[in-house]
Amino acid sequence: MLGSGILKGLAVTAKNFAGSYYDPARMVTVEYPEKRIPIPENYRNFPFLVSENAEDPMGTLRCVACQICEKECPPQCIYIEKSKDKKPDATGKLQLFPAVFDIDTSVCMSCQICVEVCPFDAIKMDQVYEIAATDRFNDLLLDREQLAKSNSYFHQIHPTEASEVDARLAAERKAAEEKAKAAAAAKAAVAKPAIPTAPAPAPAPKPAAASNAEAPKPPPPVA
Amino acid sequence: MTLVLAIIAAFTLASAACAFSRRNLIHSALLLILTWAGVAGFYLWAGAEFVAFAQVLIYGGAVSMIVLFAVLLTRRSIVDPIVTPASRSRVAAAMGVGTAVVAVLVAAVLNTSFGPEPVHAPTAEVRQIGFQLMGPQAGSLLVIGVILTIALIGATILAASDRENPRAVGASARSRMGKGELSTAGRRAVLPVHGKDAAS
Amino acid sequence: MSAAFLVSLAASANAWMSGRAFPARTLVAPDADRFLERAPLAARDWVVGFFPVSLHWLVHSLISIVAVLAVFGLFFAFLTIIERKLLGRIQNRLGPNRTGPFGLLQPFADAVKALTKEDIVPAAADKLLHFLAPVIVVAFGLMGFAVLPFGRDIIPVELDAAVLYFFAASSATELAIFMAGWSSRNKYSLLAAMRALAQLISYELPLLLSIVPVVMLASTLSTSEIVRAQGGWTLGILPHWNVLTPWGAAGFLIFVVAALAESNRSPFDLPEAESELIAGHLTEYSGFKYALFFMAEYFGMTALCGLGVTLFLGGWQAPCAFLEFIPSYVWFGAKLFGLILGLIWIRGTLLRLRIDQLTRLAWKFLVPLALINLANAAFWSLTAGLPWPGQIARWIVSMALVAVPFVTIGRTLSAGLAPRTYKYA
Repeated sequence: MLGSGILKGLAVTAKNFAGSYYDPARMVTVEYPEKRIPIPENYRNFPFLVSENAEDPMGTLRCVACQICEKECPPQCIYIEKSKDKKPDATGKLQLFPAVFDIDTSVCMSCQICVEVCPFDAIKMDQVYEIAATDRFNDLLLDREQLAKSNSYFHQIHPTEASEVDARLAAERKAAEEKAKAAAAAKAAVAKPAIPTAPAPAPAPKPAAASNAEAPKPPPPVA
Repeated sequence: MTLVLAIIAAFTLASAACAFSRRNLIHSALLLILTWAGVAGFYLWAGAEFVAFAQVLIYGGAVSMIVLFAVLLTRRSIVDPIVTPASRSRVAAAMGVGTAVVAVLVAAVLNTSFGPEPVHAPTAEVRQIGFQLMGPQAGSLLVIGVILTIALIGATILAASDRENPRAVGASARSRMGKGELSTAGRRAVLPVHGKDAAS
Repeated sequence: MSAAFLVSLAASANAWMSGRAFPARTLVAPDADRFLERAPLAARDWVVGFFPVSLHWLVHSLISIVAVLAVFGLFFAFLTIIERKLLGRIQNRLGPNRTGPFGLLQPFADAVKALTKEDIVPAAADKLLHFLAPVIVVAFGLMGFAVLPFGRDIIPVELDAAVLYFFAASSATELAIFMAGWSSRNKYSLLAAMRALAQLISYELPLLLSIVPVVMLASTLSTSEIVRAQGGWTLGILPHWNVLTPWGAAGFLIFVVAALAESNRSPFDLPEAESELIAGHLTEYSGFKYALFFMAEYFGMTALCGLGVTLFLGGWQAPCAFLEFIPSYVWFGAKLFGLILGLIWIRGTLLRLRIDQLTRLAWKFLVPLALINLANAAFWSLTAGLPWPGQIARWIVSMALVAVPFVTIGRTLSAGLAPRTYKYA
């Protein structure tokens, strides 16, 4: 019948109008800034540096200033200066750390390549988008202090990725400890029969204990 | 009373004078519409409300559209419809005709004997106009209806025949190309392609 | 506004000079002595009483003009925000809700924006016409309000040929649209103005033809008389409004469609849609002049809705006898608001029509239906005195005279049009 399409259309709009008051599917507006749309986990904006704990962000950065991300970044927005000295990292090994780590967010294109190539899981993608700045050049250049955020924050924003990274790092650390223990045991086993019989029984456990404690030091040459 | 009449008369005459003295044709048309509004003012002053509103509706609403469409659709260029007077003889002829018309009107006014002013202003109620139109004046109403129908049919025929007019550029040229005849532009477009195909 | 003032003055002066009693009608209805019903007229008479008798006609007119401007100015302002919020809800979103509670101060924000925007006039434009066009459009749009009966005896100007006056006023707005398009010295504005004019004059015919049956049956052109002719109730609950008769319902539908087209409202808003030739004849207008055109469109829509309420929906009459305690102007306002809400609903639902679809609808569909409706109304009027079984036959024949042409003409016109099929979807 002529006009039936119009009447059906009017019924649809009336349903939409009435439903917008009680049906959430018919009112899709999120009143920003009072409410925000929940962000999916793999949403990314600009990178940040992960530090192990929040109390000493600069001292516990995972970054060792290997400069791989600086070289791989397509628009070359990362600037790194290595430190002059080394400090021990999570496994105790002495590593360099970045004295200067700048990212120019006016250039960064959020491609995540720096995250993909980092061998130390030191740089990850952040999710903040309310970072409007008033100064075009200085405020958009983020330095080390602004980029460092704690591992607990990383867990907050990327739970699955953070847990996976932590598990992997723990496994690596455990493997490294196992290897160190095995190497020390091997060194103790090598050092034990090399000592002469005169002080044989009594000092036998001592060199073992001594060699255990002083594993890094090379055993004294016994000729 | 006379003051109001004088104001309306001055307004109407002034807009009419400006209407035929402007060089821009659209301005003249719009001033003519203003003159018709002045005539409607006359009718209102005389108490004939129905005729006044009919005047505004028909002249200001419909006849003005006709005049404007006619002016705009028959100009050579769409930019500036300015009229230039053709020659001195035309100006002289116009003045002569105008003087003759004024003479006739003045003679008519001078030869009419106006009676004493009526005690009550005459009223033309809409109801009375309706009874007149349906009764004694029904014949003239039917004649007007027939004339308007003829005009409507004539306009429709003119507009319809324009579409089948072979001098029209767009559609008919394309239909000619479809029938196998090529316009010069089409031929020019076709030949180089064939030349390229032959070469490759 | 000065034009409205002049016409009102002219009518009042005319009445004064011809010695008619002024005001033309006094409060005589027996059920009109409630306080709320009398309040507006009593207030007006109290203000007029402060002035000498020789100036009464002037003060009377001034009060009417100021009241119409104030009430319908505010109505226009809040109509814009109501429309935006309703359209938003229909479109699954909120309307403006930041300016003031529920966005109620939005019209004032819009007014400030329109006033402070730079007024750009093209260098080649015809400056006088470019300035006059929005002024004329608003002035003649406002003049239409002078003959709407807002309540019992509340009407700014009491005219014998009120309906004709209304259409004379709205025909001048078409002229202003042409002036707007031509004075911009812009080919596209001129083309769009031509298209707008074609739309307006095409739809004037169904508009006037749908009103002729009402005038015929009420045998008067005066709007207050037409409202009075729709008074009374059958069994106390069925009002005698024109829309509740077969010819009245058809006439009302034709009137609504034609009124939508006359005020350039969706789905007939081709002249001013944003995606059509920039902004059509309004391309070269910015700032307050654009706001004036916008205002004129809303005034025209409100005036046409007011006329529709007056002619078809019974004006200020209450729908049932026991609801008469609500004042008449409240009923008029409620019906007007309801009709405008319906128009907003239609705007949110229907797609825009092309110019050829528009004109085809007017000439091939609405005009024949309106003419047949006229014959239907004549039949209705001639069979008014029949006894009881004859009344049933009268209703059946009248409804058939509405339905059969609608279906036949509709089927004939949509004969070649099949529902759209999508080959690759």
